[in-house]
Amino acid sequence: MEHRENKPRMKKNLPVILFMLFLFWHSVLKGQDRFPRPEFESGYVYATNQMPAQRAGAWEYFDVVVLICALIVTTWLALKKRSRQGLIWMSVFSLLYFGFYRQGCICSVGSVQNVSLALFNDGYTIPLSALLFFIIPLLFALAFGRVFCAGVCPLGAIQELTGFKPLKLPKTIEIVLTSVPFIYLALAILFASTNSQFIICRYDPFIGIFRLDAPYTMIVFGALLLLSGIFVNRPYCRYLCPYGVLLNIFSRFAGKHLTITPAECTNCRLCEEACPYDAIVPADTDQDREVQPEPRKQFILYFLLIPLITISGGIILYNLAPTLSGVNSTVRLAREIRLEKMTGIESVLKTVTAFKESGKTETELFAEEGLIIRQFRKASKWAGIFLGLSLGIGMVSLVIRNKRSEYKPHKGKCYSCGRCFKYCPIKVTS
Amino acid sequence: MTEGKNKYQTRRDFVKKTGNIIVAAPLLLIPVALAKKMSVSGYVWQIDPFKCTQCGQCKTNCVLTPSASKCVHAFRMCGYCDLCGGYLRQGVKTISTAAENQLCPTGAITRKFVEEPYFEYTINENLCDGCAKCVKGCADFGNGSLYMQIRHDRCVNCNDCSIARSCPSDAIVRVAASSPYIQKDKGKNNE
Repeated sequence: MEHRENKPRMKKNLPVILFMLFLFWHSVLKGQDRFPRPEFESGYVYATNQMPAQRAGAWEYFDVVVLICALIVTTWLALKKRSRQGLIWMSVFSLLYFGFYRQGCICSVGSVQNVSLALFNDGYTIPLSALLFFIIPLLFALAFGRVFCAGVCPLGAIQELTGFKPLKLPKTIEIVLTSVPFIYLALAILFASTNSQFIICRYDPFIGIFRLDAPYTMIVFGALLLLSGIFVNRPYCRYLCPYGVLLNIFSRFAGKHLTITPAECTNCRLCEEACPYDAIVPADTDQDREVQPEPRKQFILYFLLIPLITISGGIILYNLAPTLSGVNSTVRLAREIRLEKMTGIESVLKTVTAFKESGKTETELFAEEGLIIRQFRKASKWAGIFLGLSLGIGMVSLVIRNKRSEYKPHKGKCYSCGRCFKYCPIKVTS
Repeated sequence: MTEGKNKYQTRRDFVKKTGNIIVAAPLLLIPVALAKKMSVSGYVWQIDPFKCTQCGQCKTNCVLTPSASKCVHAFRMCGYCDLCGGYLRQGVKTISTAAENQLCPTGAITRKFVEEPYFEYTINENLCDGCAKCVKGCADFGNGSLYMQIRHDRCVNCNDCSIARSCPSDAIVRVAASSPYIQKDKGKNNE
């Protein structure tokens, strides 16, 4: 009987009990005030902390102005003045300003990630300066070719200035290695858009040199790249730089571009070996061309292969999504927790300890993990399609032969560094 | 249309022009798409002291040595205790300023007598290396008035904060550059 009487009372008091519980819990959560604030009698005045601010935001826009000015000067030096010397000095300036003074942040290469993070995540607002750093060099590439690489990018500048003894790599190796930046770009966008990591910034090889401070492994990586760069010029630009992929694509449609010769090309072939980046496309006239039915067949075959490669790229990356999602810290944490439950061995990871302290439930965590993996599946499909498509187009472009009557820089590959100027015997005096 | 009839109307030229437009269009669309998600003043990184678990990762994982994250004291939260969990090592025999009693490995905390029985603890930012030992001590045994903050006179504001990546409790967040600190005693400023 008593029991029965008790129950309704319990029910009536439930809100009160819950409220008390909440208050108690609140005091536990918020209540590190174990010791009350003393009431001083000696007239003690609370000290204040110095909270220094970042350098003023206006300086970021000063950087943007410097970027635009540097791009204009580089364009003028490469396209009009045609001065390799001037471009070298421009590189020195950019290395000193964007590299050593601004310590490499923010750079256009990394801004790709800010843009993709902002495009696909609602929680992130992109700083206007980052957006400008992303767009302005691309606009210049669309108008004048890769002038950004020539003398503005600090990463390019440090390599340009240390490339003393250019050697050429065998064509096959060159072609294989130039496909790496595409993969790097696709992964960087994938990881940034899923709010997982900024891999371009994390594995930036030269930022440690700019800051004179970096993890040991990155210093070694940067030093090795610079050393190999003495012989294989600009290794980062050619075989890694993800922003270079975008510049490459944009530059192909450039309205104006650096030319090897100031006037008419006489096909003297003196510049043939001038470019360390294999970016000079030789003249190819009808006389040299042998009558070959094969390329045409190959062309059709490769052209028909494009959709196939694209779709298979999409499928492969879609299935790789769970593996790729391992770069996300939440997914890694969820896996660790699951492993811990499976094996019964307590994890020693700090993330796991912090998770247990945070009071978040495992179901919440696993739900979050599932959401992230779904995001990865959605995004990696497109990354695969991009990779497949670029591989397909790349294969087709290998068999296309253009009719050309002069030696020209390859608009996509040319860094507008101006090394070829001095090889051209034609001089224009004005 | 036969090829080569007009210099500017070849097939190749047409492809180039179309490509130009196709490539330029998304570039101009990006700012439009991001118009609502843009901040003019930008952001900086900061440690949310309410999420921080005092693991000390931010000492070792910052790109700078010593780290840009340092300990800050919220005076208005402090209990001004004699037996301070942030100043003294656990299990000390005497409560004194002797070096062997201090928890801080660099001796960055100075202890000053205010009035009976209260002591004031001040962090010397120049000595602090951001190991968070005192922060942990204060959170475990005290009021939690010592807390970690990224000092913006040192922080280089990396695009990808390397201590944010390694923080086990996701305590490092982007905050507006106009209010770069998350101060623990903000609501307690008035007497």
